[in-house]
Amino acid sequence: MGRLLEVKGLTTRFYTQDGVVHAVNGVSFHVDEGETLGIVGESGCGKSVTVLSCMRLIPQPPGKIVAGEVLFNGRDLLKVSEDEIRQVRGNKIAMIFQDPMTSLNPVLTIGRQISEALELHLGMTREQARKRSIELLKMVGIPEAEKRIDDYPHQFSGGMRQRAMIAMALSCNPQLLIADEPTTFLDVTIQAQIIDIVKRLKKELGMTVIWITHDLGIIAGIADRVIVMYAGYLVEEAPVKELYGDPRHPYTIGLLGSVPRLDEERKERLTSIEGLPPDQINMPPGCPFAPRCAYAIERCLEENPSLRTVAPHHKIACWVDLKSGQVSKSAS
Amino acid sequence: MARKDDILVEVKNLKKYFPITRGIIFQRHVGDIKAVDGVSFFIRRGETLGLVGESGCGKTTTGRTILQLYRPTAGEVFFEGQNLCEMKGEKLRRMRKKMQMIFQDPYASLNPRMTVGNIIGEPLEVHNIAKGKEKMERVQELLRIVGLNPYFINRYPHEFSGGQRQRIGIARALALNPSFIICDEPISSLDVSIQAQIMNLLEDLQEKFGLTYLFIAHDLAVVRHVSDRVAVMYLGKLVELTDRDTLYREPLHPYTKALLSAVPIPDPFVEEKRERIILVGDVPSPANPPSGCRFHTRCPLVMDICKEEEPEFRDVGGEHWVACHRV
Repeated sequence: MGRLLEVKGLTTRFYTQDGVVHAVNGVSFHVDEGETLGIVGESGCGKSVTVLSCMRLIPQPPGKIVAGEVLFNGRDLLKVSEDEIRQVRGNKIAMIFQDPMTSLNPVLTIGRQISEALELHLGMTREQARKRSIELLKMVGIPEAEKRIDDYPHQFSGGMRQRAMIAMALSCNPQLLIADEPTTFLDVTIQAQIIDIVKRLKKELGMTVIWITHDLGIIAGIADRVIVMYAGYLVEEAPVKELYGDPRHPYTIGLLGSVPRLDEERKERLTSIEGLPPDQINMPPGCPFAPRCAYAIERCLEENPSLRTVAPHHKIACWVDLKSGQVSKSAS
Repeated sequence: MARKDDILVEVKNLKKYFPITRGIIFQRHVGDIKAVDGVSFFIRRGETLGLVGESGCGKTTTGRTILQLYRPTAGEVFFEGQNLCEMKGEKLRRMRKKMQMIFQDPYASLNPRMTVGNIIGEPLEVHNIAKGKEKMERVQELLRIVGLNPYFINRYPHEFSGGQRQRIGIARALALNPSFIICDEPISSLDVSIQAQIMNLLEDLQEKFGLTYLFIAHDLAVVRHVSDRVAVMYLGKLVELTDRDTLYREPLHPYTKALLSAVPIPDPFVEEKRERIILVGDVPSPANPPSGCRFHTRCPLVMDICKEEEPEFRDVGGEHWVACHRV
């Protein structure tokens, strides 16, 4: 199993009238072939900007990728030409977005939108592309695909539009599928359908997936490994069972404690994380989570911890080791 | 703990239809969106009734119709034994002191041109309860109650985060000392860690002030956490209503079961063993609901009678109401 994507020290900023927004700060992670990486975090933590930066979809200005490497199949996507990255997008790396209504073109039929990628990237003729588009719609479970292919997005329901997006994304057999909060706007029973389709297709096509969400329940069901982001930083990385069974970063612990679970005995009171995320224009020195952290020590307010390994494949950005109660002396 | 016979709100066969018209100059009434189509339930003083369902099921419309923000197409709403549907003008306005709403969108439900102090204080002025200095003192007290610094009284909504704005909305709802508050998806637009803060706050306030809540939401795990009893809605009708523990442990209606099975659980060990009931197809349109049982087009247990006859919403024992031919 090779390493499909390797992101090193990605840093993205937005230069606005109010100041410089530190959206992504030195984020490093990798995705291996065939696995599903979950990126979890609340709004504003930088999870979307991270993947959009990898795909060079950040408008520059006001955005700017100031540092980092994004190695895909060995090539740094941040350094290749415009033509070369366009050949990657929609072809080798495909994305599905949160709101299918705004990411589908309302004046083109669903069929045209799927065919577009097939004609452009795979050089198919109109007829070949249409045939393949119908196959793709069937694959994602759209009933009466031969008729529905000529419908416009507004004639599809939310769940169907998202399935059409998936069909579009998969049309050129991408190596990597990035799903950015694809089910946030969907009802829970439709969400279950979409997750089911992605899981099934992942198995059938051997796809590698990055799934971004704030929903800890979805991550638990779909991810092999998880990274947790906060204020543009990566704060914890672990295999999924490790993360939920033995979370080590105070933010992750707080987050897991604040989510009510359907299967457990009802807790009397949810643990909530007091306070608010930091202002990413004027970031305080030290760890971005320190002001809200129940375990913060003086060092946390002064020095921003770097990622260190606390268990096999398990890393956290934290000075305090909650398990042993020891404070990290080194910055390894 | 709510007494068995102390019913604060009673809804009887409530209907709210929105007309569909066609034509530009002469508008013809060609049909109705049957958003709420015959809903009946009661809420006891001091309890929290959760109302859950997916988008378009009619739960928000139900909440607004109960408060007479929409006038019902048919049916009755009794509050403290009085029929709200028969009231209007000053009489209804005075009832509004006792029943309030917290809205879903903390960005849309606060007037951006009013200070926080005026937003929360407005009800006090409108109902002639307090003015001037007294009003300001009461507003500051309310800010403290919801966990905000009273110093914020002269700030504008845009200066606050989503969670803080929601607290302002709660303070506004509490201003008149209501006995009944409808919480319409109060936390769904907030981040996970803030959701817990607001849920805890709502629970504390209920205990402190003896409030009765109708908690409308689509997130089943959240509803379970806050409710005493839960009602499930589908396409304008109630399909199941019972106490919280029974609903989550022994649901009877196929839709409730599918809904529960679709909710992701934040635990990978549990998730990998779970058996999902995946419903086929989309939710039908409320302008053209299916015949018979509305759920029959997606029901894994559908029988012939389901397509023809609507099942009755009846108590099958222990105050557990279900509408299903299979039960």
